[in-house]
Amino acid sequence: QGPDPLITELQDWASYTGVGVDETPYGLPISYESHVVRRNVEWLTASPISSINFTPIHALDGTITPQGCAFERHHSGAIELSKQDFRLMINGLVEKPLVFTYEDIERFPRENHVYFCECAANTGMEWAGAQLNGVQFTHGMIHNMEYTGVPLRTLLQEAGADISPDKWVYVEGADASSNGRSIPMEKALDDVLVAFKANGEALRMEHGYPVRLVVPGWEGNMWVKWLRRIEVVDRAVESREETSKYTDVYEDGTARKWTWVMDAKSVITSPSPQMPIRHGRGPLVISGLAWSGHGQITRVDVSKDGGITWETARLGKQGDTKALTRFYLDTNWDGAPMLLQARAMDETGYVQPTKDQLRAQRGENSVYHNNCIQTWYVNAEGVAENVEVS
Amino acid sequence: ADRAAALELQIAKVQAAAKERMASAMNLTAPAPSVEDGFGIGRAAHPEEIAAWDVDVLPDGRGLPEGSGNAYDGEEIFADRCASCHGDFAEGVDNWPVLAGGFDTLADEDPVKTVGSYWPYLSTAYDYIYRSMPFGEAGTLTPDETYAIVAYILYSNDLIDDDYELSHENLGQFEMYNKDGFVLDDRPELEYAQWRAEPCMENCKDEVEITMRSVFLVETPPEGGSNSVMNHATTDGLPTFSAEGPSFIPAAAVKPQEEASGEPDVEEPVAAVAADGGGELVAAGEKVFKKCKACHQVGAGATNKSGPQLNGLIGRTMGSADGFNYSKVFTAAMEEDRVWDEAALAEFLARPKSYMKGTKMAFSGLKKDADIVAITEYLKSAGE
Repeated sequence: QGPDPLITELQDWASYTGVGVDETPYGLPISYESHVVRRNVEWLTASPISSINFTPIHALDGTITPQGCAFERHHSGAIELSKQDFRLMINGLVEKPLVFTYEDIERFPRENHVYFCECAANTGMEWAGAQLNGVQFTHGMIHNMEYTGVPLRTLLQEAGADISPDKWVYVEGADASSNGRSIPMEKALDDVLVAFKANGEALRMEHGYPVRLVVPGWEGNMWVKWLRRIEVVDRAVESREETSKYTDVYEDGTARKWTWVMDAKSVITSPSPQMPIRHGRGPLVISGLAWSGHGQITRVDVSKDGGITWETARLGKQGDTKALTRFYLDTNWDGAPMLLQARAMDETGYVQPTKDQLRAQRGENSVYHNNCIQTWYVNAEGVAENVEVS
Repeated sequence: ADRAAALELQIAKVQAAAKERMASAMNLTAPAPSVEDGFGIGRAAHPEEIAAWDVDVLPDGRGLPEGSGNAYDGEEIFADRCASCHGDFAEGVDNWPVLAGGFDTLADEDPVKTVGSYWPYLSTAYDYIYRSMPFGEAGTLTPDETYAIVAYILYSNDLIDDDYELSHENLGQFEMYNKDGFVLDDRPELEYAQWRAEPCMENCKDEVEITMRSVFLVETPPEGGSNSVMNHATTDGLPTFSAEGPSFIPAAAVKPQEEASGEPDVEEPVAAVAADGGGELVAAGEKVFKKCKACHQVGAGATNKSGPQLNGLIGRTMGSADGFNYSKVFTAAMEEDRVWDEAALAEFLARPKSYMKGTKMAFSGLKKDADIVAITEYLKSAGE
């Protein structure tokens, strides 16, 4: 192998000037990264207006999801609601029913927290076995951002709400679907945020600009976007989204409801079907994400043989509560086929279950809350595929 | 090895120093402060404002507005406002929700979860339909229309007769078929208790084999979206695994038919060609078209949805989109060779139901002439 012309020859970029400042006042990723985008699966839903797409988690690292590629889920399309037109009402069992403008919201003391938001249907296709070949599609209904917002309890207090533990907070959005959900008072007083910034900038339209609800550790459907109303009620409203949807049907036909928490889960993002091993044998970084709606991730184990032997992975940094944790297994690939799996543990001692454990407990019709251990078969050429194992 | 040890020592030193600085510093983070009587931010909500937004209905019927309706009246309203997606008999069109039937399927492999077979409370149907339906025209139904639609859905599920008068007085007491079909989240007792054991690390299984391969391979084209294609590969010829590793290393591993690409060829982004003149009008029309997007597509790759695709609409024979199941009035128009021109489209868009009596299109029409002009320009430019 001779000398590399990229080094020995003068290159254009080392000779001519590049573009000036302000070429793109709000920047986009460089063109070489243009394939790193959200993607939908057209046949999953009747219309892209009431649909979902997937975060390209295979191509990201660290834990923070850039807003521009964070998955979208709309029930009646994303709406353009300006700060001037934004109104937030709080009513019901309160002493003072109030209306806030956007400016009002920014006058309350605020906090910053990193949280993951996972759709309850993430990995839902896999109940019926290995379906879509790509971690973007099996696990991409998730994002993780740093939110700036006002604690919901502050607004409840402002209105003089009845905060006794048997009360509920019903929240709805300003879009045509309104997507109403009921939240028990205990959670509303705990860590729920009325958020207006994500990763330092204003929320994107598709994530609920100008104001959305953040319900840490709980299913994404409750994170109401374009928030317009908070009502204190004496029972759950039993809206369409909490009865006909987001309930989990067992094998015997009964269904489980109020399954709000997202249990501990992890997945290897690379290697994975969209991220084959291209460098051959030798040093290999196995990388992935772990999260739990119950708190911190304390440990992630990785198996290369389908669960016979496990090694404990290295965490990128100490896990934040109810936020994505990055893990790495720095290994040496000998070119032999692998069955890659990851298994997360959280601070409650919960261990991520296998597909068989979940199915034995719930059957295969649950749709939602599939937090099973995922398997990638990596062949001798480094190509990975979504599989199920015995 | 010496160098590595020295490096580690150096790192340890730096980290210890940083830790000491951290420990000696005050932790100034704190939760957002609260004030006993509130901050005095916001204004009192007017009763009219609360009435306008607080329309949710509780399972016991609280929150229902006065009114009534029956399935006999509901059938017509449903055909007019709901059937383009949900079907004339609430059976669902394409992927849109089926609202009727499915009784005793909840324990089957693919349960059919309808209002009749699955929903535990009737209040949910009223609440959702009144607030969020019809899709693309939410909030336009009157209470009486809503009662009638709910009654028609019950009738489609054989739960009432067509003369049953559903109203604010009896809706809250109506007992749904699956009212006892739900249990509260019992994962803590059934799952967490048994899944908190220290996990196995070695020799956890004797042998592992691949039992299923991905049903779909997914192509990820550079322009976005995805194409899933069937994976025809079988599990034949794949290695099994034991503690010693894979049973064999395939000489030439079977490649999936289409390797999902991590580095697709990056194509030069196509610069959007701005139309001269008319550009603003087209842009305005694109915005207006949002009202139609729930049912109609236009432009490259447009296909029929619950409404026909609109490519080349001006100059096209009415009722002529291939493969679309038109209402009678449009089939008749096609047989008469009537053609969409700008005048016809303007009249239709202003009052669809009076211009095309019997159309299945649920949309009630565009009120502003400017919107009609803009959307016509947009359709002309996007659907060439």
